[in-house]
Amino acid sequence: MSTATEPSTLKAWLLAEEPTSRRQARAASVYQGWLTMRGNTLTMIGLGILIFLILCAIFAPLLATENPFAQDLANRLKPPGWEGHIFGTDSLGRDIYSRLLYGARISIYIVLLVAAVAPLVGLMIGTIAGYVGGVTDTVLMRATDIFLAFPRLVLALAFVAALGAGIENAVLAIALTAWPPYARIARAETLTIRNSDFIAAVRLQGAGPIRIIVRHIWPLCISSLIVRVTLDMAGIILTAAGLGFLGLGAQPPSPEWGAMVAEGRKYILDYWWVATIPGLAIFSLSLAFNLIGDGLRDVLDPKGGE
Amino acid sequence: MTSTETHAPRRQIMPKWLKRVLGTAATISVTLLGLLFVTFMIGRVMPIDPVLAVVGERASQAQYDAVYQELGLDKPLLVQFGIYITDVLQGDFGRSIRTGMPVSDDIARVFPATLELATLGTLLGVFLGVPLGVIAAVKRGSWIDQTARLVGLVGYSMPIFWLGLMGLLVFYGILGWVAGPGRVDIFYDGIVEPITGMLLLDSALRGEWDVFRNAFSHIVLPACLLGYFSLAYISRMTRSFMLEQLSSEYITTARVKGLSEWHVIWRHAFRNIRIQLITVIALSYANLLEGSVLTEIIFAWPGIGSYITVSLLANDMNAVLGGTVVIGVIFVGLNLFSDLLYRFFDPRSK
Repeated sequence: MSTATEPSTLKAWLLAEEPTSRRQARAASVYQGWLTMRGNTLTMIGLGILIFLILCAIFAPLLATENPFAQDLANRLKPPGWEGHIFGTDSLGRDIYSRLLYGARISIYIVLLVAAVAPLVGLMIGTIAGYVGGVTDTVLMRATDIFLAFPRLVLALAFVAALGAGIENAVLAIALTAWPPYARIARAETLTIRNSDFIAAVRLQGAGPIRIIVRHIWPLCISSLIVRVTLDMAGIILTAAGLGFLGLGAQPPSPEWGAMVAEGRKYILDYWWVATIPGLAIFSLSLAFNLIGDGLRDVLDPKGGE
Repeated sequence: MTSTETHAPRRQIMPKWLKRVLGTAATISVTLLGLLFVTFMIGRVMPIDPVLAVVGERASQAQYDAVYQELGLDKPLLVQFGIYITDVLQGDFGRSIRTGMPVSDDIARVFPATLELATLGTLLGVFLGVPLGVIAAVKRGSWIDQTARLVGLVGYSMPIFWLGLMGLLVFYGILGWVAGPGRVDIFYDGIVEPITGMLLLDSALRGEWDVFRNAFSHIVLPACLLGYFSLAYISRMTRSFMLEQLSSEYITTARVKGLSEWHVIWRHAFRNIRIQLITVIALSYANLLEGSVLTEIIFAWPGIGSYITVSLLANDMNAVLGGTVVIGVIFVGLNLFSDLLYRFFDPRSK
């Protein structure tokens, strides 16, 4: 196993015709994917936007010019550029620019949480249904169909109604509506893997069903799930922002972007920037995920490639 | 004649067909039952006390107990679920606390407004999206294709409520081309006796052209908004269906035969994607019913989406769950419709 010291040898190691270790083969395939993605301008733009927004979220306390919660009623609804307020102030005189920075934290937090919970639930249900089969499969897949039968936003609304408004409950509601497609994908993958020889071999060695599912089936399902999650990220952001807009997600005075649009809605005709600017932020974040998702799909799914 | 009787087991086709229908029916009823179970459970885990919502804070213990029993809350959960199903099957979703009317009456009143909006939006999406998708596929890589891609990308990334606000700001606030939020100006409200509940249709049927014009200028903006999202989806799907067809060998054959390009595209390729397209349109229609939740809030449109949301904010659970069930059933219905269509018209999926 050769370890690279110089960049040129690292590149050579990554592009080797015949990988000598499993690690090298895996690194090489990732690198090949990266090379393909780098050629796609739109994807790189998306990646750029995303990295920029993540940096904004991380360094929000340093970049913010004011306290995002500090009210200044004397300076309400001032236009962008007014006395150091880059994006103006809202109806309570809070600096919109600083609120946007802190809002990025909330949006990214929600997306990451949903993207961690929903695929995991789907993975568990899908693989169990696919591996065990029979009645279990029927019951679990029926349940999946039932959840798919509801339009997502409406079901999320009903869940939030039951759980109460708030970020955590919004995350839970979105995750509860988002898992069924993952379960379907995981089940389909499991069905193709289940009867292969290596599973039979592991079973003959005495591995139990839990070990087989967790150690041997899950790793093979993950790549198709990741693509799907990336493609769903934009939808998650839009649903979360929609819940925030309806007053069912993050609660005031939280600078969640959807809630900020809702607050600016009352003043839309006279003070356009209060609602417009947070909306642009939502749009740029979900656009970034859509661009990346498109590129990733081209790399990981050669069938859909053009 | 005798040979067909001995060879072709004609009678067996019927049971197969019947079996499939029965199977589908069973699937649907299980799905619907599950749908009701989910809404029932959501209603049960609510932190709001349903009795207090009826009797108010200051009721005596005796009054409280009476209502508690009347609502059937003393019975086991399974019995309660049974009662709930029986009620829902009879179209009884309980009474709305906010409006004081039976939820089913409320929904019957507000639903036509949503239907009107979603139908107009879908029509826009189909008549613009299908040609756009076909042209994008035929002229692949051209500026039309790039435009179609951009339209789709923006449509998938745009928060619908924000785009609606921007539309109001520009076309109502600044340009003044269209009317503002609401379904019709107050001046015209209640002039037209409802026939279908869809104001545009009713006013046209009754010949009230002033009302029609006013209602039209109100519906243009929300309908265009929904139409745009429908267009983004339909054009993208049309494009990929067409690309698949255009790369088939029969298209090459048709071209080699010397058929005109117009003939090849519309008579050969397009004809083969019609069924897939109808499926996509049905799904897009179902999605618009959902997308209407946020749109209706922005445009103060008195449809089922704003009914659910406003009830939710008023903790009016019967209304929320009733609305959710109705939308869920329509969703299942449209999915089933497209599924059946596919099965009966596409010989390959048989």
